[in-house]
Amino acid sequence: MRVTDSEPLLRSEPLLDVRDLSVTFTRKGGPTVRAVDGVSFTVRPGETVGLVGESGSGKSVTSLAVMRLLPRRGVQVGGQVLFDGDDLLTLPRDRMRDIRGRDIAMVFQDPMSSLNPVVPIGIQVTEVLERHQDLKGETARAAAEELLFRVGIPDPRRRLKEYPHQLSGGMRQRALIAMALACKPRLLIADEPTTALDVTIQAQIIELLKELVQDTGASLVMITHDLGVVAGLCDTVHVMYSGRIVESAGRRELFGEPRHPYTGGLLASVPRLDAPRGAPLHPIPGSPTDVLSWHKGCAFAPRCPNRLDACIGGPPRLESLGDRSLRCLNPLEQNEEVPA
Amino acid sequence: MSLSEVEAATESEQVEQPAGNLRKEAWKRLKRDPIALVGFGLIAFFVLVAIFAPLIAPYAPDAQPGRGMITPTNIPGPSAEHWFGLDASGRDEFSRVVYGARQSLLVGVVATLFGMAGGLLLGVLAGAFGGKVDTVVMRIVDIMLSIPGLLMAIAIAALLGAGLWSVMIAIAIINVPVFARLLRGQMLAQRGSDYVLAAVSLGVRRRPIVLGHILPNSISPVIVQATLTLATAIIEAAGLSFLGLGGADPRVPEWGRMLADTQRYLASAPHLAFFPGIAIVIAALGFTMLGERLREAIDPKYRR
Repeated sequence: MRVTDSEPLLRSEPLLDVRDLSVTFTRKGGPTVRAVDGVSFTVRPGETVGLVGESGSGKSVTSLAVMRLLPRRGVQVGGQVLFDGDDLLTLPRDRMRDIRGRDIAMVFQDPMSSLNPVVPIGIQVTEVLERHQDLKGETARAAAEELLFRVGIPDPRRRLKEYPHQLSGGMRQRALIAMALACKPRLLIADEPTTALDVTIQAQIIELLKELVQDTGASLVMITHDLGVVAGLCDTVHVMYSGRIVESAGRRELFGEPRHPYTGGLLASVPRLDAPRGAPLHPIPGSPTDVLSWHKGCAFAPRCPNRLDACIGGPPRLESLGDRSLRCLNPLEQNEEVPA
Repeated sequence: MSLSEVEAATESEQVEQPAGNLRKEAWKRLKRDPIALVGFGLIAFFVLVAIFAPLIAPYAPDAQPGRGMITPTNIPGPSAEHWFGLDASGRDEFSRVVYGARQSLLVGVVATLFGMAGGLLLGVLAGAFGGKVDTVVMRIVDIMLSIPGLLMAIAIAALLGAGLWSVMIAIAIINVPVFARLLRGQMLAQRGSDYVLAAVSLGVRRRPIVLGHILPNSISPVIVQATLTLATAIIEAAGLSFLGLGGADPRVPEWGRMLADTQRYLASAPHLAFFPGIAIVIAALGFTMLGERLREAIDPKYRR
């Protein structure tokens, strides 16, 4: 049974507690890759948490590991993922299957490929309702229609009969959000839900997610590389680099005073409307492939403007600094101008 | 950017309109493809001939209108009276070729359907479960595929005893591994797709995922293969009949058997080999043309 009442006592207890999660990919004859390396974070009921980082930082793998959706072969997952006190990583498969879609649901990046191209939308939405809520026939269809309406799909009755390719990208993503929220999950994981969409539609989808999460009281883990999305949505933000969290802070603290040079670089690289015409953009030098492995030193050191010799001398620890945690030996000074 | 362009951009969610269902699109391409149409025409022609054989054929298949006119050295060829000539027993060759369409199509269709059904079953098992089931099923399939098809069909038909059903079963069995391997490959490819991951992430159970999501996305190439298999099944059926494994009843005309019966008269009456032979070729050609073009219409990889 779901606990629907948000009892004040439970508020402080985390709904999702990820402890020291690590994911290692091994391939026969190939190198082992540690995609996620000791990641810990919590999500409280009703909270919206952002996981930020560029491609390859391990944020998507983290979400798939939480949902236990990684292939079994060639993947080792370590640590704990406590959801409501149960460790999802050791739960029997049947119980995990019951949790997926009912308690935790996911929205993926590409709404075109995430919908089955040869099955009408209606069947795909009702399938979830039939699976978790035992709705059947006309009841399920009516509920699906209601869901599509709630996510802002006009003329839902007609849309139910249509195939995914007959919907626009934005509408497809809305349909997927409807499927994810069909059973009122307590946790929604959105893995770059706007990346494949037009800019104008992106804002609409973010607004929709915000609204639905507020209405249902669900927690949201937003995985993105788009700092604009984070700024408009998240309560807490974790910045990931090369498989580890390098800085965690509340939204205000993070945007107001980024301390990790990587966070600072990300913020500085966002194009600004108030910049003078022709002013150059400020990319982070190098590419995410220029990494040091964490056990040798800071993975970001090769690209870091604040690098010290000590940075490549050993792995930096995640230190708690009052309202944030930071993995850096030479952080940006408070209120320091971000180096361009 | 002008104002109207901006408006157009903000409305793009409504603007993007259906380009038509994938299958509908394939169907549209097919309808414009002359080769597919010719193939379809040939198939339709043979189906109609088979259905309306009694109306088309001037004689019953076992009637002997030319009895008495025939000697082993004098078998009359095509004439106005007998379009395809007479056979060695004085029967009207045209009528026999027309009636023969029934047998060939029946064997082709039934054998293909059975083969497809068996292949689907094995393919779904292997593709859905993977692991050990997959290994076992696919090794069996490999073994079957390593034996030349016609040779195995001969062995099976001989084992079952000559007859129409033996031929159908033999041809069905040799086609099972072809369908099984094709479907398994398709399903494995679909298994890693995003929509399957999305369905799993919503807690959908394995059976509906396999039957409701993966299978419908894997079936198109199987349909194409079935069309092509119809062509080879007709040829294989003729081959088995030619070897005397078809029916025991000489009165029921069958193209392969007609070819076999004509061997002794090949020098004196080549028309007896020509007409059933050309019927086999054209029927098989029809299915092949349609099948090949169907493949190209459905599978973007084959599109030129």
